[in-house]
Amino acid sequence: MIELNGIEKSYGELKVLKGVSLSVAKGDVICIIGPSGSGKSTLLRCINYLEEPEAGEIRLDGKIAYRDIVRGRIVARPRAEIDATRREFGMVFQDFNLFPHMNVLGNVAEAPVRVRGLTRAEAERRGVALLDRVGLANKVDSWPEELSGGQKQRVAIARALAMEPKAMLFDEPTSALDPELVGEVLEVMRFLAAEGMTMIVVTHEMGFARQVADRVIFMDQGQIVEEAPPEQFFAAPRMPRTKAFLRMAQQES
Amino acid sequence: MDLLNLSVVAEYYPVLLRGFGMTILMTLIVITLSLTLAIPVALSRMSGNFLVRLVGGTYVELLRGTPLVLQLVYIYFVLPGVGIRLDGFVAALVALTLHYTAYLSEVYRAGIQSVPKGQTQAASALGMSRGQTFIRIVLPQAVRTVTPALGNYFISLFKDTALASVVTVQELLFSGQIIAARTYQYFTIYTVCMIMYFSVGYPAALFVRWLEKRTSGGYARRRRRQKGGQA
Ligand SMILES: Nc1ncnc2c1ncn2[C@@H]1O[C@H](COP(=O)(O)OP(=O)(O)OP(=O)(O)O)[C@@H](O)[C@H]1O
Ligand SMILES: [Mg+2]
Repeated sequence: MIELNGIEKSYGELKVLKGVSLSVAKGDVICIIGPSGSGKSTLLRCINYLEEPEAGEIRLDGKIAYRDIVRGRIVARPRAEIDATRREFGMVFQDFNLFPHMNVLGNVAEAPVRVRGLTRAEAERRGVALLDRVGLANKVDSWPEELSGGQKQRVAIARALAMEPKAMLFDEPTSALDPELVGEVLEVMRFLAAEGMTMIVVTHEMGFARQVADRVIFMDQGQIVEEAPPEQFFAAPRMPRTKAFLRMAQQES
Repeated sequence: MDLLNLSVVAEYYPVLLRGFGMTILMTLIVITLSLTLAIPVALSRMSGNFLVRLVGGTYVELLRGTPLVLQLVYIYFVLPGVGIRLDGFVAALVALTLHYTAYLSEVYRAGIQSVPKGQTQAASALGMSRGQTFIRIVLPQAVRTVTPALGNYFISLFKDTALASVVTVQELLFSGQIIAARTYQYFTIYTVCMIMYFSVGYPAALFVRWLEKRTSGGYARRRRRQKGGQA
């Protein structure tokens, strides 16, 4: 469903992605792990075009996304088309990024009203149902500042789901949380995975990757070093860099 | 020292009131114009285009770097030399508007830049267009941040309208000067002027301080109170 071919991205002199290719089928859960600065966030942000890759192609359901080839030259599509493709992906950020000037239901209903043209009443009706699904039916009228980190992140997930995305991108969704709040967010993500949502998850939660992922990817220095099903990835990693990283991660926990 | 000469006040208060009306009118006109014009100027300073940024930046720095009274005198006395002749009232409005547009654009810019980048990214990731993101997500947060600063500029503007007396606009100060010159009751007339300015300036300053307090906390309590519920 999502295909990346040779994605490259630099910031100035620094080459952050050096030709990343990845194929994600419908319903797949992919977990990406790797050291800080290896380009995991940048890769996610290229997928929904928050960052513009310099080279490579992104395909969604077989069709090249964001770009066109006109007379042999690659050109960006019009902004409106980019926005339209982008909303096929729901994104969840490390630091939530809830809109502080809207209450919980407002956060969830905003994009469906503005972007998909639902009436406010319809968007709110669906919003309440979504908030119920993430266990926050009683927080509909609360304000983001009144929520715990775990609750905020669950609202952020509901907000992304409200656009009915084809796939969800998670960028370290539990890294900013107090340890006791991590579980409630992972539980919602497990639930989503079980429902068949296509998910790409950047995470340090090895337990989650082991239990939920269909495939685990190790990224280092802008490249995919190793990609394998979790049993194999954790029990018998092939690459020395993966082994070293897993050993380090184990020592830390 | 003389005490207030009430008979002079009784005789001339209509003139003072008319002047005061002019002061208020000028303030309101310039607030409206500069609040609006400052938006494109602020956006120009954040433009991706170097030339647009340069023009916006030059305008803002020129007006912030020279005295307002000189700008006013320049417009009134120098521009006629190149065939642009404005009467005092218009010249004062133009000078004040140009001046305050420069300052307010900086306030806007600071406000817009104070909104965390994650906010625009979250909106973009939801498929919102740039325009929707600006209007629905960035602007409301920016406005809230800058409201007290805007209030303070409006108070200075209210007082700065007195500069229009330099180009013979009969606002409050100039009205006072005319009466004082005619009656020699400087103490009385200027004290009354002082009181009239203060009667607006001081409550306005209190109001801004209250706004500051109200906008410094979170969003929740304020909204709850508006809806009449409990916090
Ligand atoms: N907007 C930017 N401008 C310049 N450099 C950037 C920018 N964003 C990221 N980088 C750099 O690109 C590299 C990869 O960043 P990225 O955020 O993708 O890494 P990451 O794998 O997500 O790391 P972490 O685990 O710390 O989140 C880093 O060296 C980072 O400093
Ligand atoms: Mg990251």
